[in-house]
Amino acid sequence: MGAQLRLLRRRIKSVRSTAKITRAQELIASSRIVKAQQRMQAAVPYEREITRAVTGVVSNTSSVDHPLTVAKERPSKAAVLIVTSDRGFCGGFNANILREAEALGSLLRGKGIEPVPFVVGRKGITWHTFRGREMGGQWDGFSDSPSYSNAKEIADTLIQTFSAEDGVDEIHIVSTEFVSMLTQEVTVKRILPLEVEETSEKPDTPLPYFEFEPSAGAVLDSLLPRYVESRIFSALLQSAASEHASRRRAMKSATDNANELIRVFTMQMNQARQAEITQEISEIVGGANALADAAAGKE
Amino acid sequence: MAKLRVGVVSPEREIWSGEADMVIAKTIDGEIGIMPKHAPVLGVLVEGGVLTVKRGGGESDLIAAVHGGFLSVADDEVSILAEMAELGSEVDVAAAKDALQRAQASIEANQEDADAALAAKRARARLRAAGEEVG
Repeated sequence: MGAQLRLLRRRIKSVRSTAKITRAQELIASSRIVKAQQRMQAAVPYEREITRAVTGVVSNTSSVDHPLTVAKERPSKAAVLIVTSDRGFCGGFNANILREAEALGSLLRGKGIEPVPFVVGRKGITWHTFRGREMGGQWDGFSDSPSYSNAKEIADTLIQTFSAEDGVDEIHIVSTEFVSMLTQEVTVKRILPLEVEETSEKPDTPLPYFEFEPSAGAVLDSLLPRYVESRIFSALLQSAASEHASRRRAMKSATDNANELIRVFTMQMNQARQAEITQEISEIVGGANALADAAAGKE
Repeated sequence: MAKLRVGVVSPEREIWSGEADMVIAKTIDGEIGIMPKHAPVLGVLVEGGVLTVKRGGGESDLIAAVHGGFLSVADDEVSILAEMAELGSEVDVAAAKDALQRAQASIEANQEDADAALAAKRARARLRAAGEEVG
């Protein structure tokens, strides 16, 4: 067997096993998207209700001065929560987020605000440690199925640094929003000081005038941290679904590319094999002719 | 008579929704009963409280253990936003009893163990929601 033929056989074998791995990853990711989407759906009612409640309180009590709603006059430091994934194999998912986070960082610096990164996901953490950047906090191990307690832990740390004397004055969040199976967008949002996000549907009736148990201040005190938690939780869930979606897409194109490579290599291998056979035949025929000529010459 | 539209939701899922005649919950100021045409209210719920939803019409009451969260009432719509909640029928009684005993043991060992006190409160609420007698 010719050397070229052997080489091609070996390459086909290795590409084929790569294709098997990427195909398996693709299938796993597609089954997990469904689960992640269901969890996203399940979290919607709570988020909707809590947003309604916060809007209700804030619109009723315009005079409320809660530390979480008041913007500092001269902000000097901002926390940036960057939500990345724990594992790779998901195309440009993490690169897109980190690029957006860098852009936000230089924007903040331009305004004289020092950004402090808080990172979720192993990929983002290694990115920061590799560059020797200091992180305000880091969490990993749950990027593909976050639970509410993860969000609570992150929110607690962020709110603590926000309320500390020499802590941060703003909190931004950079994460990926799950628009559809095919589109995921990196979004940057400021979560503190609070800007209550209006729901997309306009309320058809004016908001009712609430009574508070025990008082507006106390309700706000416990409502706002929950609201921040719920915003972070929803960011984590969206990011998890987006991670699976982009992994599925990346793995699908990897499988397609591998199959295309296998096709090209098989064709080359067949050509090499046929060339070898042709050569052998012509050698044999040539040899036989030479022998026949020699025999004829002797007679 | 008009009915209340009730929704019990936790961050991870919607636990129950439906119609009811009356909702009884425990806020930090004390118990509050909500009936149709109640004025809009926003209340903070206690840790380890029990929520009762009287469904009326011959249906049995819905009882749930609710740990922290809020109650919001507006236009005959009652939403219970619980950090953690569990329907009485879903409570694992043996596990809750076990948790209560462990919490009580650590309270006896250390009077100021706030975590254990909280755990005990939660376990009691779960047992009460499941219809067990708790001392």
